[in-house]
Amino acid sequence: MTPETLISQLTQDFPELGLSVRVDKGHAVVDVAVEKLSLLMQAMKDRPEYDFAMLMDLTAVDWFEKRSVRFDLVYHLYSVEHNHRLRVKVQVGESQHAPTSTKLWPIADWFEREVWDLYGIRFDGHPNLKRIMMYEEFKGHPLRKDYPYDKRQPLIEESWPVRNLQIHMDEAKKIHRP
Amino acid sequence: MVNLEKSVLSDLLIPGAYYTTKLDRAMGWARKYSIFMYPFVTACCGMEYMSVASAHYDIDRFGAGLPRFSPRQADVLMVVGTVSQKLAPIMRRVYDQMCEPKWVIAFGACASVGGPYDNYSTLQGIDRIVPVDIYIPGCPPRPEIVIDGLMKLQEKIQNQKHPLI
Repeated sequence: MTPETLISQLTQDFPELGLSVRVDKGHAVVDVAVEKLSLLMQAMKDRPEYDFAMLMDLTAVDWFEKRSVRFDLVYHLYSVEHNHRLRVKVQVGESQHAPTSTKLWPIADWFEREVWDLYGIRFDGHPNLKRIMMYEEFKGHPLRKDYPYDKRQPLIEESWPVRNLQIHMDEAKKIHRP
Repeated sequence: MVNLEKSVLSDLLIPGAYYTTKLDRAMGWARKYSIFMYPFVTACCGMEYMSVASAHYDIDRFGAGLPRFSPRQADVLMVVGTVSQKLAPIMRRVYDQMCEPKWVIAFGACASVGGPYDNYSTLQGIDRIVPVDIYIPGCPPRPEIVIDGLMKLQEKIQNQKHPLI
């Protein structure tokens, strides 16, 4: 399906989901409420006319103070059978949880762990929601806009051993002797 | 530049009062031409390391041609590429496992100062956790400057103290 037929098909098939659809730069985009996300995803995976067998990417956007609902979740779906793509956007508030997609696409396991790690959005029903990029000792979620860009959380003490520094300076003098 | 090899060998043959000093130079000469490197390769600088280590640039000419993948057998830790905060304790451990005498080369901008990655995840230079002997600049460094850094390290090894006890 072309993006245009895809979005008109979607509005015909799911009037009860309250979808808002558009074509953005040749790409079919659908906005859906977070409560309706599982229903839409299940249909996208199972229905043969859509047949989105692949979850290409799952990421998030932090709008911070620019919007009342803070986060966007962005799903990119691809159908190998029909060679069409769909972008699904969901608004998620800071205290809200999103439903997991791991039962539909196993790859969502790692994607959702990444979004949890970097943005701090929780996914209900995820089998193992822990950090994937950062270390377990890390506090906070570094891709949030309110995480200070220069804040570092070293695992071991960051300092020059003074004894070694003295040795280095002595050796440096020897090398650069006239 | 005096010919260190010739002077050291001929000096060793003469018994004299300066024997310990001369032994340092002989040890330095032996050690600088038998560098066993531990390539701690984490990022794109590794491509330049491969180039410099293999036949075209050939650091074997400088006696550093045999990379050891056990810290116990290595005496130069070459940190090639970005070291993240998550990796830092592991690199520190590799350094601690190496036997004395040991030296460290920071290969490229990331290992030296963190490079372009001024962010939450990147260690801002490996000299925050281990003492570094030679910094090789570049993003990534060309093989010529790697060889220059290696020769600087050889000069450092030659001229430092080598206590036997």
